[in-house]
Amino acid sequence: MLIASGSQTVGPYLHIGLTWLNTDRIAGPGVKGERVVIRGRLLDGDGTGVSDGLVEIWQANAAGKYAHPDDRRKQALEKGFRGFGRIPTDAKGHFRFSTVKPGRVPGPAGKLQAPHLSVTVFMRGLLRQLSTRIYFPGDPANAQDRVLQRVPAARRATLVARRKARGVLEWNIVLQGKDETVFFDF
Amino acid sequence: MSKLRGYRKYRPRTQPAYDFPPYASTAKRHPTRPLVIAPQTLSEITGPVFGYDVLKPTDHDLTRQHKGEPIGERIIVSGRVLDENGRPVPRTLVEVWQANAAGRYPHKTDQHDAPVDPNFSGAGRTLTDAKGRYRFVTVRPGEYPWRNHYNAWRPAHIHFSLFGRAFLTRLVTQMYFPGDPLLPLDPMYMSIPDERARRRLVSQFDLENTVPEHALAYRFDIVLRGRAATPMERP
Repeated sequence: MLIASGSQTVGPYLHIGLTWLNTDRIAGPGVKGERVVIRGRLLDGDGTGVSDGLVEIWQANAAGKYAHPDDRRKQALEKGFRGFGRIPTDAKGHFRFSTVKPGRVPGPAGKLQAPHLSVTVFMRGLLRQLSTRIYFPGDPANAQDRVLQRVPAARRATLVARRKARGVLEWNIVLQGKDETVFFDF
Repeated sequence: MSKLRGYRKYRPRTQPAYDFPPYASTAKRHPTRPLVIAPQTLSEITGPVFGYDVLKPTDHDLTRQHKGEPIGERIIVSGRVLDENGRPVPRTLVEVWQANAAGRYPHKTDQHDAPVDPNFSGAGRTLTDAKGRYRFVTVRPGEYPWRNHYNAWRPAHIHFSLFGRAFLTRLVTQMYFPGDPLLPLDPMYMSIPDERARRRLVSQFDLENTVPEHALAYRFDIVLRGRAATPMERP
């Protein structure tokens, strides 16, 4: 077996190589589903916004179908829907993107998962990416979600976005402290 | 749905720790609580797929993206993207970025007193072919100072970003050059505990791909997480 390549930080000049693929509209006009804007901040251990960070999103469409050859289920996939977002943080650590709420996808033990977005975080000062998830507030499926259940109850709220207005959710990535976001090791 | 194959855990000591004091910026930017171990699901064993439609013809040749040629030593960087099982990873996106030959990035926050090169943006991308091969033409990047500690210099390096086949195979890393005396002094390179794993990030001089009278070549193979031997639980 080969040794996997080690991760290294994106460093301060990540924008040079990665901006070309920035995508903050994950679902184009022809994509069905409930439209949502998700906004938030990436905050370091001092509560300061991270200006040289990058958030990537991976999600299914509203029917719960991934645009990937290993998702062989029959649900329809809109042409042009990739399910990928790449959003750099701004000078004060803010990020914002629009999409559709994904449908439920299969999870462990034959159970469907609650709707969620998969998130990867990169930044200067981070030697290895962080993985987390965004869940949707008030969704009854959250209570049965097998991944969310792995998280100590007191910390689950860090993974659930908060409703700020009709169609607008807030979700922050907090690296350290009382409200430290849960990150996963899959 | 048929059985899904999950991905292996990384072997111990082959990946950097999040909290690594020699790299000062990790102090406020690492999680302080342990990661929550979670099962791999369809969400993690799938990931974004990109095609040739996202690429322009000069994207892989960083010396041909402007009117003139960049200053510096022209080099060819090529290799294969494999998984831990030694299988090629075909048609996967590879993104690169780097400093120019003088060690300067064309970025608003780079204040290093070295010239920018109007003929060099320092960014490229390509897709691997059916055998997992990729190839870039560029100039050898310069070393540059950074303020991590007194007299700190980054070794010459090229940033690489790869997707592989899944959310779990996503990798951002850096390629270094053989024989660079700055490597053992570099906290980023040294953040990988295992010496063999560190050496995987050092490219090799590649005589075979050198173009006479034109460019030297370096070979850099990248290994992504591989699938586990046994299928994971049925979704």
